[in-house]
Amino acid sequence: MATHEVTFPITDEKEILKLRAGDEVIVQGHIIGIRDRTQIRIFDEGVEPPMDLRGAFLLHTAPNVRKLAPGKYEKICIGTTTSARMVRFTEPLGEQYGVRGICGKGGFPDEAIEPMRKHGMVYFAIVGGAAALETTQIEEIEEVMWEELMPECLWKFRVKDFGPLTVGIDAHGNSLYHDVQAAAQEKLKELYARL
Amino acid sequence: MSIDTTTELQHAVEDAAAHLYVWALKDIPQDLRDALKSASERETSVPGQRVLSTILRNVEVADSEGNLVCQDTGIAVYTCYVGEHFPLHPARIYDALRDGTARATVEHPLRSNAVHTITRENTGPNIGHRLPIVHWEFVKDSDELHVKCVPKGSGSENMSFLKMCTPADGVKGIKQFVLESIVGAGGKPCPPGIVGVGIGGSADYAMYLAKEAITRPIGTRNADPIVAELEDELMGLLNETGIGPMGLGGDVTVLNCHIEHADTHMTLNPVAVNYQCWAARRATAHIAADGTVDFDREA
Repeated sequence: MATHEVTFPITDEKEILKLRAGDEVIVQGHIIGIRDRTQIRIFDEGVEPPMDLRGAFLLHTAPNVRKLAPGKYEKICIGTTTSARMVRFTEPLGEQYGVRGICGKGGFPDEAIEPMRKHGMVYFAIVGGAAALETTQIEEIEEVMWEELMPECLWKFRVKDFGPLTVGIDAHGNSLYHDVQAAAQEKLKELYARL
Repeated sequence: MSIDTTTELQHAVEDAAAHLYVWALKDIPQDLRDALKSASERETSVPGQRVLSTILRNVEVADSEGNLVCQDTGIAVYTCYVGEHFPLHPARIYDALRDGTARATVEHPLRSNAVHTITRENTGPNIGHRLPIVHWEFVKDSDELHVKCVPKGSGSENMSFLKMCTPADGVKGIKQFVLESIVGAGGKPCPPGIVGVGIGGSADYAMYLAKEAITRPIGTRNADPIVAELEDELMGLLNETGIGPMGLGGDVTVLNCHIEHADTHMTLNPVAVNYQCWAARRATAHIAADGTVDFDREA
């Protein structure tokens, strides 16, 4: 299991293809915060996002912030939410907008594997609940769009040494979640026999 | 008791609640710190080890920065142990807990998560219809109030399960259901945490007991030795599933398993599972009849 440093947004697909399920990744550059209502607006209500998502790294978050001025926010506590609720947006995020990384906690079910392979995307597992640390790795909230969806707006964060993340699903069809679940289901049979 | 004294005591409870909510979110109990450290020492998988060392770093950063351990300020759940001679009626205690929760949310400020369950519109600073949630216990021969605040995150609360097993399913049915629930939950409830199990009673009471179970200090055991034995057995079995920290595979799937039980009808065998994430936050205040407050992180 290798360790990588990747800067987002990426322009070269090789940056994504080199990552393998289980690898450790530290992220630099810019990441975009997004959540349930943000994606419902884009895909279910058909509203074009006012931010370029090509090559982007999306973070499943609803940050705790303090408003300083119109459109300007200061971080208080920024953490990550459960991804599984938002799995159905994976295909259109890759196909229509060229998103390359999705980061959240708890993993995506198997239906994300094929879209991620097809569109060269990676699911990054963050440690859920480790928000105090995550907040220190976000240097600045550079942009906020769709403030009326607060806190489920589109957020642009500049990050430094964001992680460590684990590649949960890679762009080659491998999913740690699938493997762990398959092994656990086998193990359950053995445990039930012992009860 | 005069009106003034009642009002003062209500303010004392409100102040205590406001302090408890923020304190619980920032400063996790020592037993939890110890359990996370011990988990980190015995985890052998690479991703699992990465998760646990990140969790330990996060707890240090929360201490040094005075920040919240987790961004999910949850729904505030309180358990009140009301002494029969405590001079403030539970109706007033409830108001005080609600007002304290709201004040803490506005003053810190904390993220407000409370929404109307149909319209999904925000209902106020972590308060709303029947929010916060309060569990009540009444204590004979006491004039004190003990309030435990457990901010309950949604990632773990979403992983709650109930099954009405049959008497013929027996204790084996209970064990199977807990195992399949936790394996099915995978990484979503932020493992390794506390698996709370409620058995017996009725459907609603079993879930109530499962929630009570997750509020206990880690590794405490049920007073009934038969139930305590089941806690040990289930904890061992759950840690053999391989789900691991954040569901990425490993040796430590749960920090512990706590069970609360009630006797039940001869045809019932309810089992409820309520998960508490690794950030198993809780804080307690002991409030005397004269309004003196002692805060206690470990209760």
